[in-house]
Amino acid sequence: MATSLHSNQISAGQEHAPGGSQNPVLVTKDSYEELEEDLSLDVDQSRPRHASGVIAEIVESRQHSEVDSNQNNAAVDYPATDQQVKGITADTNHLSLGDGQLTDESEVFVEEEEQRLRSGSVLQTVEKTKPAVVEEDIHSAAWKKHKKHIFILSEAGKPIYSRYGNEDKLVTLMGVIQALMSFVQDDKDSLRSVVAGGHLIVFLLRQPLMLVAASSTGESQQQLFLQLRYMYNQILSVLTHTQLNRIFEQRRNYDLRRLLSGTERFLNSLADLMDSDPCFLLTAVRGLPLDNTVRDVIGQSMQSAKVKDLVFAILIADGQLVTLVHMKKYILHPADLHLVINLLKASTSFETSDSWVPLCLPNFDSSGYLYSHISYLDDSPACLLLMTVDQMAFKEMENCKQKILEKLKKHNCLAAIKDSVKRGSYTCQEVGISELRHFLYKNKSTAQFTAPSWGAPYSDPAEQERLFSLYRFVHQKVHNPARPLKILFYVGSHESALGWITSGFELYAVFSPLTTKQVAILAVNKILKWIKKEEERLFILNPPEY
Amino acid sequence: MDINRIHCENGDKCMNGLHETSAGRISKQPHRMGSLREVKVCLLGDSGVGKSSIVQRFVTDTYHDNISPTIGASFMGKTLQVGNESFKFQIWDTAGQEKYRGLAPMYYRNAGAAIIVYDITNQSTFDLIKVWVRELHQHGPENICIAIAGNKCDLEDLREVTERDGAAYASEINAVFGETSAKTAKNISEIFIEISKNLPPLEFEKYKQGVIQVDSPKKNKRKGCCK
Repeated sequence: MATSLHSNQISAGQEHAPGGSQNPVLVTKDSYEELEEDLSLDVDQSRPRHASGVIAEIVESRQHSEVDSNQNNAAVDYPATDQQVKGITADTNHLSLGDGQLTDESEVFVEEEEQRLRSGSVLQTVEKTKPAVVEEDIHSAAWKKHKKHIFILSEAGKPIYSRYGNEDKLVTLMGVIQALMSFVQDDKDSLRSVVAGGHLIVFLLRQPLMLVAASSTGESQQQLFLQLRYMYNQILSVLTHTQLNRIFEQRRNYDLRRLLSGTERFLNSLADLMDSDPCFLLTAVRGLPLDNTVRDVIGQSMQSAKVKDLVFAILIADGQLVTLVHMKKYILHPADLHLVINLLKASTSFETSDSWVPLCLPNFDSSGYLYSHISYLDDSPACLLLMTVDQMAFKEMENCKQKILEKLKKHNCLAAIKDSVKRGSYTCQEVGISELRHFLYKNKSTAQFTAPSWGAPYSDPAEQERLFSLYRFVHQKVHNPARPLKILFYVGSHESALGWITSGFELYAVFSPLTTKQVAILAVNKILKWIKKEEERLFILNPPEY
Repeated sequence: MDINRIHCENGDKCMNGLHETSAGRISKQPHRMGSLREVKVCLLGDSGVGKSSIVQRFVTDTYHDNISPTIGASFMGKTLQVGNESFKFQIWDTAGQEKYRGLAPMYYRNAGAAIIVYDITNQSTFDLIKVWVRELHQHGPENICIAIAGNKCDLEDLREVTERDGAAYASEINAVFGETSAKTAKNISEIFIEISKNLPPLEFEKYKQGVIQVDSPKKNKRKGCCK
């Protein structure tokens, strides 16, 4: 029973959305609006890439300033290194996947790979992290039981990724998907979704890739589209849009799995994370609860250690944002930050040593890489990422990290982060509203959200899953493109839920099933007051800039 | 692209026997014998051959069965005493996957040594080391010390590459050779010791050092683009 209410029943002012800030740390555009724009461009496929060329812009401005400084100094020639330098210039924006490599050497590699497959070498067993799952195919009962399948294939119908089962065994299925999509495409139209029994199958074409989700979780078409877009962006973050296109321009039947080898785990973990973490649903980032004085000190330490060409400095602990410093002109998109958080979650290889990783942030610039220095500070849960456009700047970033680390140690910030991670999020009881069981609050002007920890009765993973699907249900109802709602009160058999959207925030709150509308509305007003009181601890309000 | 900047930033200041004191002031004192010598080493080879495991064994003397693949590259340091000389190894552990190949030049440029690793239980990884050697000869530093490590030598019954084949190829190209096992720690520190004995002579570095000193003060004059 869903009832919609009139917004004037609620007294809290929208102008003072708790956790709001004038200088947002993240891009705040609503991802569902973006999605609409995105899909409307589906047919002609001329989707403009977000802010493309940003990296080139930064590199260019850097080169200008260097040319200037060069003219003041007598130029010294180093014939020996001249060529290397040229090579590097060409490389700054993309990993050179040498053209020759693709045509000539790649043949060799195909053979090698076949050999490897035949010999069933150790490598194979190392790469497949879930051997039990890999054995599944389209006929096995276990495979059919999975709630949400995700498939990625090339336009030529070559399998690239399947969430469950070995892609090689799903070739026929991929062929069917490809046939369906290109059949509709022939009429200059595009296939969006198919409802089959309890399943919703959603198709997304992002040339040269096709992405498909088949789900029985009750999620809406929009929500699944958004998840497919994340999967697509995850692939871009490894390869960049430019490189992906170039590969398929050269060879339409290229087997992309070769280039993606070793990164399947990121796709897997992203798919799992999207089923459990509300940050994707809300396109918002969770801030680590910290005293604002501590957070300011951390921000200042990071800011003062600034080096040239550093675009973003991000401190993340336990999947939550501690703080972020960015170049004045460039703001990070939360969806990009989600990919970074997923990267840290999915790989343990960063914990042991400092890494230097080329990363493409598709919403920032899908045509090139940002080079990222990734290190866990002093064996603490705090992970520092320093992102630059300069491929050769590892040493500078290393020095920058040392400076930041010293300052953080001096001010005891690492201990504070450690404590906060250990303590976890606040409990729902701390908010002090007896009927309230759980809530999600997103501030739109900062693209950040806050939520209490999963306390009773949601300590059990199965219960968490049920609660999460309730959130998804309310979310999809209020975000329904045909009939968007401002407020929704829903009474279910296990709990009742209130969803409330204003221009400043989104709030989803869950109560016991017998709670009335009036009580729920009183409660959400109390939640807003509580968040307002705690906003400096829960949100990153004044991020420093470079 | 500013040649000078690249030239002095590429780590020359930190690895060729120079003491880095501050960004613009680099000590003119070269290392004397018996003192600490910094060596940049990079590990190359196909994915899954055990590069990270070798580094982990060497640096922290630990071994884990199921480590996740390296993304990009990771960096570690370790000081080793050989005779009365100390070597500070700055180790670049690169990712083996094909998509990261384009990054490799950045790691072997100005490196004193490169360890090319293959997996003795997988012939194709052995074939790939020839590609790496060729690349190093063409684009790598002139005097780089190449070492070839046949890893996973504890898996004798799965062996596909004989020790003789490995050793023969290594001597053909004048490389240090050893069959290693990160799991049992066999030959791991030995290969680094062997490298330290085969490093290019210091005279060469002194020459290079002169080049750096000419342009290193420029570092201070670089202008930021994003204040």
